[in-house]
Amino acid sequence: MKNFLKYREIWLLAGIVLLIGLISTRFPGFADPANLRQVFNDTSILMILALGQMVVILTRSIDLSMASNLCFTGMVVAMLNAAHPAIPIPVLIVIALLVGLLLGAINGFLVWRLNIPSIVVTLGTLTIYRGATFVVSGGAWVNADQMSPDFINFQRAAFLGLPVLSWIALFVIALFFLAMTRTQIGRSIYAIGVNPTASVYAGIDVGRTKFIVFCISGMIGGLAGYLWISRYVIASVEVANGYELNIIAACVIGGISIAGGIGSVGGAVLGALFLGIISNALPVINISPFWQMAISGSAIILAVVLNARGERRQGRIILRKAEAA
Amino acid sequence: MLDNPHPAHVVRDPPREGEGKVAPRLTLSGISKSFPGVRALHNVSLSLYPGQVTALIGENGAGKSTLVKIMTGIYQPDAGEISIDGQATTLPSAHAAFGHGITAIHQETVLFDDLSVAENIFLGHAPRTRFGTIDWRTMRKNAREVLETMRAGHIDADARLKDLGIANKHLVAVARAMSIDARIVIMDEPTAALSMKEIEELFLLIEFLKSEGKAVLFISHKFDEIYRIADRYTVFRDGEMVGEGLLKDTGQNEIVRMMVGRNVDHIFPQREPKIGAPVLSVSGLSHPTEFDDIGFELRKGEILGFYGLVGAGRSEVMQAIAGITRTSRGTISLDGNSIAPKSAADSIEAGIVYVPEERGKQGVVIGLPIFQNVSLPSLARTSKSGVLKLAEEFSLARSYTERLDLRASSLSQDVGTLSGGNQQKVVIAKWLATTPKVIILDEPTKGIDIGSKAAVHGFMAELVAQGLSVIMVSSELPEILGMSDRVVVMREGRIAATYDNKGLDAETLVRTAAGIAA
Repeated sequence: MKNFLKYREIWLLAGIVLLIGLISTRFPGFADPANLRQVFNDTSILMILALGQMVVILTRSIDLSMASNLCFTGMVVAMLNAAHPAIPIPVLIVIALLVGLLLGAINGFLVWRLNIPSIVVTLGTLTIYRGATFVVSGGAWVNADQMSPDFINFQRAAFLGLPVLSWIALFVIALFFLAMTRTQIGRSIYAIGVNPTASVYAGIDVGRTKFIVFCISGMIGGLAGYLWISRYVIASVEVANGYELNIIAACVIGGISIAGGIGSVGGAVLGALFLGIISNALPVINISPFWQMAISGSAIILAVVLNARGERRQGRIILRKAEAA
Repeated sequence: MLDNPHPAHVVRDPPREGEGKVAPRLTLSGISKSFPGVRALHNVSLSLYPGQVTALIGENGAGKSTLVKIMTGIYQPDAGEISIDGQATTLPSAHAAFGHGITAIHQETVLFDDLSVAENIFLGHAPRTRFGTIDWRTMRKNAREVLETMRAGHIDADARLKDLGIANKHLVAVARAMSIDARIVIMDEPTAALSMKEIEELFLLIEFLKSEGKAVLFISHKFDEIYRIADRYTVFRDGEMVGEGLLKDTGQNEIVRMMVGRNVDHIFPQREPKIGAPVLSVSGLSHPTEFDDIGFELRKGEILGFYGLVGAGRSEVMQAIAGITRTSRGTISLDGNSIAPKSAADSIEAGIVYVPEERGKQGVVIGLPIFQNVSLPSLARTSKSGVLKLAEEFSLARSYTERLDLRASSLSQDVGTLSGGNQQKVVIAKWLATTPKVIILDEPTKGIDIGSKAAVHGFMAELVAQGLSVIMVSSELPEILGMSDRVVVMREGRIAATYDNKGLDAETLVRTAAGIAA
């Protein structure tokens, strides 16, 4: 199982290398380390979001409200910054995390206590959180000239050769990697995704674990909210509209099984990078955005087909067991 | 695995007078089937006769299920012939098998819970109106007729299937078979989840199928049932056919010998019970719908058997003690301290573990490696403020899997790659690793072969010898009588009686469970 996962990620990595190679034939500068660093930085927000979504999907749930959460939290921190430019950025980041946590906790609470399927809950909050953005902002935008220089430049500051945004992404990746492989909650997430019934008998609180994963995806949505607004320097009700689908696409391409229990941090990161490369590279080599969409779509289907094959292979082992039984 | 001192040879009764007159309806000959790394069937044959019940007997892994899948068109044999009414044929798909009138009724009936009884019976061949839409009125009427002929008129054709008990679901499955004019009916352990009364009803139904001239294949682990209902037998061992004939000429011991290749007297382990002070006391435990006023004591070093018909509420009581379901009233105390488990984690923490009935669904977590399966309920102990200590996890898993003689190349191996018996060892290791005081085993040997049964029983004896206390929920009388120190009998959610297992006989238990006065 673990070996096979590595196997799958290696294939995805190979696909990415191949893609970079192909693009380099048309646009030689693409494979330059400087450009690749740029692509990584451009994809950082998607990677972070994909990791938040991954923990939710692993528990057989889904969070459709992440992009709306991002939009709401982004608006809140942008308005705070516009009104009180003296608030230091780290404090704003903490506020973004807390606001995101609150929105995620609402999702988690509804899934846990009222036992509503997560797709229904987050479909509802997807609209609600975006509507709430309208309510807090009164429909007005927060523009670049209203934001403090610190607010805009924090993530662009270079540190040991990489922008802070890239460092934040690397930090989140490392944190998730440790959480998924080395903590009790990480183990519980996998266990309830693979076999919720057995997990209940083993004393794992499935409802509480789901609550926690929605809190995690909420915090990630909030963090991404600040990063997104300070990157694109505009906060509006339309920010990241429909982006939840890109996040889920990154997870699916990265081999996170929608059926839960299967997937890894490496997969989610690579899935996001794959999409990041496509959206970065295709415009510069003059491929129309429609092809871009078609390529992303094909990648999703291909990933699902490959993953389904992988799971079937696992299924055969179970069948063989059933044979023997 | 059991040693087989004798080479496999086929025991075949000589043809008998009168037997030649009945031509077999279905004949499988020389069937072989392999899966990567597993030879499931090798050159087996089987014949089914109209109006007769043939029992297919074999230990787990003998290849029975594979054969059923071949007969129902789910698997294709690698070699061999299938003939129906003397005509050679193939069964390339489930649809083809259905077309030949072959139908299977499985352990867990494969029907549709959210459809009505009538829809289940006629799914795929519903009567149509002139316009090609489903003729609901005719469908309901036909469904009622089919159920009437089976003397199952008490089942409402409009009821949702999920509202029916397992026994009635079986009846619906048989009604479906009747409605497609099935000529070959395969019953794969149909009695596994049935109570004694329901089994009787099922047998009446099988008699009915016989009288209708159906050829029936009956798969069961239980000899009393086989002798009760079947005319013929075919024995499989390790994917080979090792004997067939008429049951009336063949003794149980002979068949057991064929199954295992030698005589196995299932002897329950001899124990010298050292019963101590009460460990677990339950009193007045009640649930709004499932059980009422349950009270008993479990003492140190004791095996307490829980007997009753399926549906008597035994598992529900155990789940309440294990913190999985809530109670409305009553107290549970462990070592004199009252506990009120709100979750499985609370019970595990207190020292009570519940080993559920369905190993596949409720036990192993396929997809996680062995060591993670073992440590799953003990994560609180193998981690510090939420951070796992992998080395401790590994050593915990190693010590318990070694104790159980688990055969695996590595503890990082996916538990799904293990054999059924070894998966079971992982499940037991996982519960023992929580160092419980009380271990509740729900149907610990249900559906497993004789060899594995003995291993489980031996292991239980070992546990109580080490001072653990065991509650064993079982529907098998020999197991209850062979293993328990005392027996609690439940009936309809209440405790009907508690017996000391001294000179206790099966009849008493059955009568108490069924509520029949002596």
